[in-house]
Amino acid sequence: MSEQTRPVPKPDRDSAYYWAAARRRELVFQQCNECGQFRFYPRSVCPFCLSEKFEWHKSLGRGAVYSFTVIHRAPTPAFRDRVPYVLALIDLPEGVRMMSNVIGCDPGSVQIGMPVTVDFEEVSDEISLPVFRPE
Amino acid sequence: MGRKPFNREIAIAGVAESDLGHGVSLSILQHQALAAKRALEDAGLRHTDVDAVMAVDFLGLPSLQIAEYLGIKPRFTDTTVTGGSAFENLVEHAALGIAAGLCEVVLITYGSTLWSDRRRVVEGGGVDPRMPAAQFETPYGDLSPIGAYALAAARHCYEFGTTPEQLAEVAVSTRNWAALNPRALHRDPITVEDVLQSPLIASPLHRLDCCVVTDGGGAVVVTSAERARDLRKPPVYVLGSAFSSTHLSISQMENLTQTGAFESGKSAMSMAGVKPSDIDVVEIYDSFTISVVCALEDLGFCPKGEGGRFVEGGRLGPGGELPTNTSGGGLSYNHPGAFGIFLIIEAVRQLRGECAARQAPGAELALVHGIGGWLSSHATLILGK
Repeated sequence: MSEQTRPVPKPDRDSAYYWAAARRRELVFQQCNECGQFRFYPRSVCPFCLSEKFEWHKSLGRGAVYSFTVIHRAPTPAFRDRVPYVLALIDLPEGVRMMSNVIGCDPGSVQIGMPVTVDFEEVSDEISLPVFRPE
Repeated sequence: MGRKPFNREIAIAGVAESDLGHGVSLSILQHQALAAKRALEDAGLRHTDVDAVMAVDFLGLPSLQIAEYLGIKPRFTDTTVTGGSAFENLVEHAALGIAAGLCEVVLITYGSTLWSDRRRVVEGGGVDPRMPAAQFETPYGDLSPIGAYALAAARHCYEFGTTPEQLAEVAVSTRNWAALNPRALHRDPITVEDVLQSPLIASPLHRLDCCVVTDGGGAVVVTSAERARDLRKPPVYVLGSAFSSTHLSISQMENLTQTGAFESGKSAMSMAGVKPSDIDVVEIYDSFTISVVCALEDLGFCPKGEGGRFVEGGRLGPGGELPTNTSGGGLSYNHPGAFGIFLIIEAVRQLRGECAARQAPGAELALVHGIGGWLSSHATLILGK
């Protein structure tokens, strides 16, 4: 019931490929064809050189926790039955950082620097969210 | 590279709040109108003297709306949307407008009914679905803006050994100031233990690490120093100002323990020709206790990583070495969503010596530091007698 009101990403021109890949359980990042840098979140120009040329790169999805917080108060009613949960920033070896959740473990066991690997959580018929589990 | 001073001397001539707190029956426009009327009275100016209006609120065209409401026909306006630091930034924009001869008397206003609207999470609740954060942060249950500051706090604790007890010291010192401010929402003293016993909201931040939510409004009148010298109150000079932004969304912040305060502080102090040890009173946007710890480090009051130890022992509180957030801050005095304007109001009163029981001794030079968004925008002012 609460799932109905959970905020679900609305793919746009920048992110449609990313979300389609996530639906296939793939984590993808854009890599600039000119300067070679990876970027996240998806966007039409490279923030390092403004090139519009890029390719999608499939990530192994193995990263480390850069920081995390255990959320005890739900931001909206949709999250009420989930608290406490881990909101984290995950660093990936491509050099990008993303916000996500660390799931599949006791929130009290999460530590900064902990290795994590990507998983996917279906939040609607179209959208699967990349989340992370301890390795 | 040092910043040059404004090419005219600039002063703040009037400041005021509206009625603050809970259960105040005023609209957003009424808050601004009341604060504006009081700030103009404070300056000894009439509304017909105002030729520039700079308003920020949650309405559509705020500068035009408040100018019309007050019967002012401005020849210069600005509405800067950078979150809670906007007002420090607007003082800079006012100074630039005055220095360029585009205007002479600038009225800056803010008003909000955050508490009445029960919009507890103003920024996160208001993420436009077309913004990247709506796809890449909100779906993960980011408790905005608290989540972002909690992530920064956790990283600070990890890198530097900062403790929840040290963060709590900020809340305690700030409450001790609030106890001396009749306008403050919460005036009962608290202890470190009280902070740690208050409910965890987003680890390591407890409820008492977080700012209060109120209704309220504020206004500031900026003019040329020549004009200000003939007015009711002694001028408070704008000696330095600077802005810096490193990101918008917290996941895009490169280093969670170094904020834009590093650049804005350095630049504003170089413009004013002062250093941290010259500052007598400090007003920092204390949305959360960690905001103050990070800003004190980045502004140069203590080395990076020492912020936790620096705030121990009541150093920031009444009678302490570095009087900080002397109004009681966003943590205890009032916080109607964008606190930056109240930092300026308090700094001006401190420099005028109007603060009675909470007067910081020998206050001649103040540093005001606004923070907006998710540690995203930083604006520093150096104000002096």
